[in-house]
Amino acid sequence: MLLTDENELDLTHYIIFAVIKLAILLWLLLTAVAYIVLMERKVIARMQNRWGPTRVGPFGLLQPLADGIKFILKEDLVPDSVYKPLYIAAPMIALILSLISISIIPFGGNWNLGGYNIPLQMTAFWTGAGIQDINIGLLIILGITSIGVYGVALSGWSSNSKYSLLGSLRASAQLISYELALGLSLVGVLILSGSLSLRQIVDSQAGSILNWHFFGGFQFVAFFIYIMAAYAETNRIPFDLPEAETELVAGYHTEYSAMKFAMFFMAEYCNMVTVGCLATLLFFGGWHSPFDGLNIPAPGIWLMISPLFWFFIKVFFFIFLYIWIRGTLPRFRYDQLMSFGWKFLLPLAIANIVVTSLVLALKS
Amino acid sequence: MFHLVLFIIFAVICVAGALNFLLQRHPVNSALSLIVVMGSLALLFLLLGAEFVAAVQVIVYAGAVMVLFVFVIMLLNAGVEEKTRGNKVALALGVPGLIAFFILICWTVSSARSQLGRVSIGDFYVPTQQLGIALFREFLLPFEVTSVLVLIAIMGAVVLARRERQ
Repeated sequence: MLLTDENELDLTHYIIFAVIKLAILLWLLLTAVAYIVLMERKVIARMQNRWGPTRVGPFGLLQPLADGIKFILKEDLVPDSVYKPLYIAAPMIALILSLISISIIPFGGNWNLGGYNIPLQMTAFWTGAGIQDINIGLLIILGITSIGVYGVALSGWSSNSKYSLLGSLRASAQLISYELALGLSLVGVLILSGSLSLRQIVDSQAGSILNWHFFGGFQFVAFFIYIMAAYAETNRIPFDLPEAETELVAGYHTEYSAMKFAMFFMAEYCNMVTVGCLATLLFFGGWHSPFDGLNIPAPGIWLMISPLFWFFIKVFFFIFLYIWIRGTLPRFRYDQLMSFGWKFLLPLAIANIVVTSLVLALKS
Repeated sequence: MFHLVLFIIFAVICVAGALNFLLQRHPVNSALSLIVVMGSLALLFLLLGAEFVAAVQVIVYAGAVMVLFVFVIMLLNAGVEEKTRGNKVALALGVPGLIAFFILICWTVSSARSQLGRVSIGDFYVPTQQLGIALFREFLLPFEVTSVLVLIAIMGAVVLARRERQ
């Protein structure tokens, strides 16, 4: 199963590298989440013609640190009538599930450091002939999204308050409705790349910018559906009615304070990062540079770093898109939201599947 | 050996979840135990190598069907089950009967031990592509019949949930 070039069992190396990758990824992800919060506040502030946080540190750069310290030191109020086990477990479920998805995402090809072949993905190892990653990576991410509904549903019910219950029921209904459109919009990409493994989907887009599923694969409709469904899945404007302050006090996290509230917060931004990563992997060529077809000479060190660079640029753009839309659009009313998901996105996704498979069948 | 250890761990989790599902008095705890059972079943599928089935079990069963169960429990505000006085006769007949039935099953399975095969990790691995091809070629009729069945269920649900026209 785990074989090197010399046909040896490489289990210890795999475990050591996986632990190192885990430490680096976790640190990177949590720091990114903290700074995405700052970026959101600054960008929305600029759109509204004001500064954002500027006091703490130069340009407000230490604001996440101050927020973190505030959350840790705040009093953790637990109301008397809550159902304690689920009240404490629900934010944990939300945060854990949103952190798991990063382990399946590939960031690049293979790094050959000192004789060891290290794939830039946590759940992948190097066999003699290439990188072997999870065969069903895309399904695992969909599964994690499905289970993530429990964090929301259980938190609202266990808080024993009418605002929380209403908010969580609305949020859960929204989440399971848009999961369908989300899954179906990805089927077009599946048909084009022929595999559920994220690495192979990116490999099928190699070559030039015209091979990317969004451009050459003509999956722009699927991308549009995916972005909308993903915005609904992450509870972001224009689909954030369940946690809108003016509508339901604060929805399913009304009764939470301090660290538990911070966990819901972090889970939402982690989900944003996952959505951005998936969008780049499935529609925009992953870690491939848009200048791939033109053979520009590059030094060896740039060839090693360029996958990471392009991947992060693209994910950064998607997160900026999230924040941009938040600063621009009003939110949907609940019945508009549900009819949009069921009566528009779902038929459109099915139509996309039909057209994609027709075109592919006629071409071959 | 490795397979046996993993199988025993996940099977114990599954059975413990199922027993907890029966013994809990609050419906939400029962629903959560059922989710644990679904998850461990998915892990057992994965142990056999049926990765697609394991993923779909998590997505559909644990992630959609059980969410609806939890929805219903939350909406109807089902409270704690009340304790009723048990029936002494049922206890006196039932428990030995159950033990006898269990011993009968164990004896039947272990006496046919030589005819049962062995399986190791990943024995039933099938690439998803082949699964799809088989589903739409050899098993097309069962697939279509099942989808018609699901359609009938959806129509029944819509009819039942319709608002009454006064």
